[in-house]
Amino acid sequence: MPVLSISDLKVDIHGNTVLHDIDLTLEPGQILGVVGESGSGKSMTALSVMQLLPHGSQWSGTVEVAGTDLATLDEPALCQMRGRDVGMIFQEPMTALNPVRTIGDQVAETVRIHTGASRREAFAIAREMLNRVGLGEDRFPLDRFPHDLSGGQRQRVVIAQAIALRPKLLIADEPTTALDVTTQAQILDLLRQLVREEDMGLMLITHDLAVVAGLADKIAIMKDGQIVEAGPTREIFSAMRHPYTRALFSASAHVPDRGRKPEPGKTPVLAVENVVRDYQQPRRNLFVKPAPFRAVDHVSFEISHGENVGLVGESGCGKSTLARSILALDGLQGGDIRLNGHVFTSAGDGPHPELRAGMQVVFQDPYGSFNPRHRVRRLVTEPFHLVKDPPRGAELERRIDRALTEVGLSSSDADKYIHEFSGGQRQRIAIARALIIEPALIVLDEAVSALDVSIRAQILDLLAGLSDRLDLSYLFISHDLSVVRAITDRVLVMKDGKIVEQGETESVFRNPQHPYTQKLVAATPSLEAALAAPAN
Amino acid sequence: MTAYLLRRLLSLSLSLVAASLVIFLVMEVVPGDPASFMMGINADPQAVAALRTQLGLDEPLPVRYLGWVAGLLQGDFGISYTYRVPVSELIAERVMISLPLTLYALALSTLIAFPAGILAASRRNSAADLSVMGATQLGVAIPNFWFAMILVLVFAINLRWFSAGGFPGWDAGFFQAIKALTLPAIALALPQASILARVMRSSLIDTLNEDFMRTARAKGLSRGQALRRHALRNALIPVLTIIGLQFSFLLAGGIIIENVFYLPGLGRLAFQAITQRDLIVVRSVVILLVFAVIVVTFLVDLAYAAADPRLRRRRT
Repeated sequence: MPVLSISDLKVDIHGNTVLHDIDLTLEPGQILGVVGESGSGKSMTALSVMQLLPHGSQWSGTVEVAGTDLATLDEPALCQMRGRDVGMIFQEPMTALNPVRTIGDQVAETVRIHTGASRREAFAIAREMLNRVGLGEDRFPLDRFPHDLSGGQRQRVVIAQAIALRPKLLIADEPTTALDVTTQAQILDLLRQLVREEDMGLMLITHDLAVVAGLADKIAIMKDGQIVEAGPTREIFSAMRHPYTRALFSASAHVPDRGRKPEPGKTPVLAVENVVRDYQQPRRNLFVKPAPFRAVDHVSFEISHGENVGLVGESGCGKSTLARSILALDGLQGGDIRLNGHVFTSAGDGPHPELRAGMQVVFQDPYGSFNPRHRVRRLVTEPFHLVKDPPRGAELERRIDRALTEVGLSSSDADKYIHEFSGGQRQRIAIARALIIEPALIVLDEAVSALDVSIRAQILDLLAGLSDRLDLSYLFISHDLSVVRAITDRVLVMKDGKIVEQGETESVFRNPQHPYTQKLVAATPSLEAALAAPAN
Repeated sequence: MTAYLLRRLLSLSLSLVAASLVIFLVMEVVPGDPASFMMGINADPQAVAALRTQLGLDEPLPVRYLGWVAGLLQGDFGISYTYRVPVSELIAERVMISLPLTLYALALSTLIAFPAGILAASRRNSAADLSVMGATQLGVAIPNFWFAMILVLVFAINLRWFSAGGFPGWDAGFFQAIKALTLPAIALALPQASILARVMRSSLIDTLNEDFMRTARAKGLSRGQALRRHALRNALIPVLTIIGLQFSFLLAGGIIIENVFYLPGLGRLAFQAITQRDLIVVRSVVILLVFAVIVVTFLVDLAYAAADPRLRRRRT
């Protein structure tokens, strides 16, 4: 009997159809990958199975969990089902746990509300489950609070509470999207192991084809609220019958065309020399000054004209701190940063504002990095505050016009507000804002990480084209190795505040020297590798 | 946790020292010499000078400050210029009314606000929510002296359930005293409860939208269970802040209500002392209020730490 069988599911929210004609089945011990871009309805499918759809939703069709038709259950019976027959894991481990209750308490809660277990029995099961997900008793006693744990550890707690009663079906909604690659590999391993050993069915929802390619037995590809193609993983990927599947696949593996190779000139655009950045730690003892935390530890590198340099590393390695130092948002404790040969900022000498125009930045969040009350015209011209004699009148219009057309928008967009644009378009506007002042260097801090794969491919193309045409250099900071590999000439690998390896991107990825780089590369899910592996 | 306590205690004592200095200096620069005020306009200058010496007003500033603080530490607030009785006696009498009245009003306010706020948040946009929001809007808008007079009109004059004012004293029996404080406490509590209910509602709505609430539902908790077990404690922090502020406000700010109900409370004492230039009483009442505010802030900090483990950093 399948653990999950959905047929002809249709969901409307306030009269808008968000899902239709959904048919899925999942057998015990199987992994079903549900893949799609944002808004494709994959999370809504999961919420239909949990019967936790948003207010104002109407559903029809059949959803059966282990043979029970959910339409026949009332709310108390659904509460019984959730957590006992179906467990669910969410995307954001940092906020998925209640901050004011201990991890033991939260795992035990699943047990206590469904079984008549006493407090002691429930805590014993919680202990067992936390051990099971790799959080041993010595380092993770039951009375720890979520804020003591890292993202990966918190995700393990969420998994422990989802599997505490050994549900027949486990739903994981983007369980590793917020995690570093090595942590992602560990969590995926854990999920795979749980499915095999407990004979659960796993519905794995993700936007990342590479993740499901190496893990799922079956795949369903969703677009605009329906399943466009479904079947066994290898079959889907080898046949690629549906055009959308093909498009998704090629966007995921997209490598933009780089016309020119950069020629190292005499003065590099950016020279970072022996940069040190310390953070003061909170005082623990009134009489002892704490040792500062060294977030960036004697880092040196250069970027030449037209060169794209990648900076990779896991969260907490110091890459964002380094970016802030380069942008002179923070002071330095050692070393200096030169722009086109001039000292921009150094230890003891503040940033020189007249040089600031030579460098611009694009951030990750296309939704939070614009003032919603300003028109695009005003948003993109903001950097002109940096120059003494900003363009006016017709010249200003020409510059706005050029910046917008460079990024693939039209000049009529200048009078719109930011909410009228999609995420990808907003990121184009962010790039236009950086371009308008004609900088030599743009720092891209996770600039494509929040975008869907097809949009990401377009933005990468745009960036590559601009770099070629305008002789622009990029410092491309990302945790996503495949993106860095696609767009950069050279790559720096950062760990614990130090650059542990640097070199030509392709050679670093093909033949990593430092053990840490080897670990990173090995943990990165790869579409080609997964498909080349022999069928199991 | 001990370190947290010690740190809070240290900052508490420092605030007290700073506050005492400020209060002392401000009282020094306020115009109006207590001695000449006490002797009247036509007094003999020599007699005024003699009184100044007797009151210790001609000693140097630091000496008088230290003398005042030393007295405070022993519970000696000095002698009132006008009443000619120890200030500590005056204040003790008034505190025995103001403090119970404040606690009574605060208890009422919390008892009304919590259920109302929780009901409104958990049934958002329902008729219950709209009624709570409407009622609290009204509660904030109505001036409390007017509401107090309506209470007197209805419950004291028409129904004769309560007396219209005055305080029989605690000697008259606990029940009698509480009964006398009931109408004033209701009048004080109404606007506070309205504010608190609104804060509770919005804080709870924010918490209900948190990711961990969805996790709780996915574990199989019903809406009510998830609210009780996961949302309430998280929603409490802003509410505690408001309760702390309301305590301080009620302790000193009840003067209008005290006047409506003829209650000899701290607010009226301070008001009379100011009009009579009885600076020593003013100073004592103010330092006492500052002390109360600081202690309440400390208690609120402790309540924060109890509600949210992130605020008591683990120290091993």
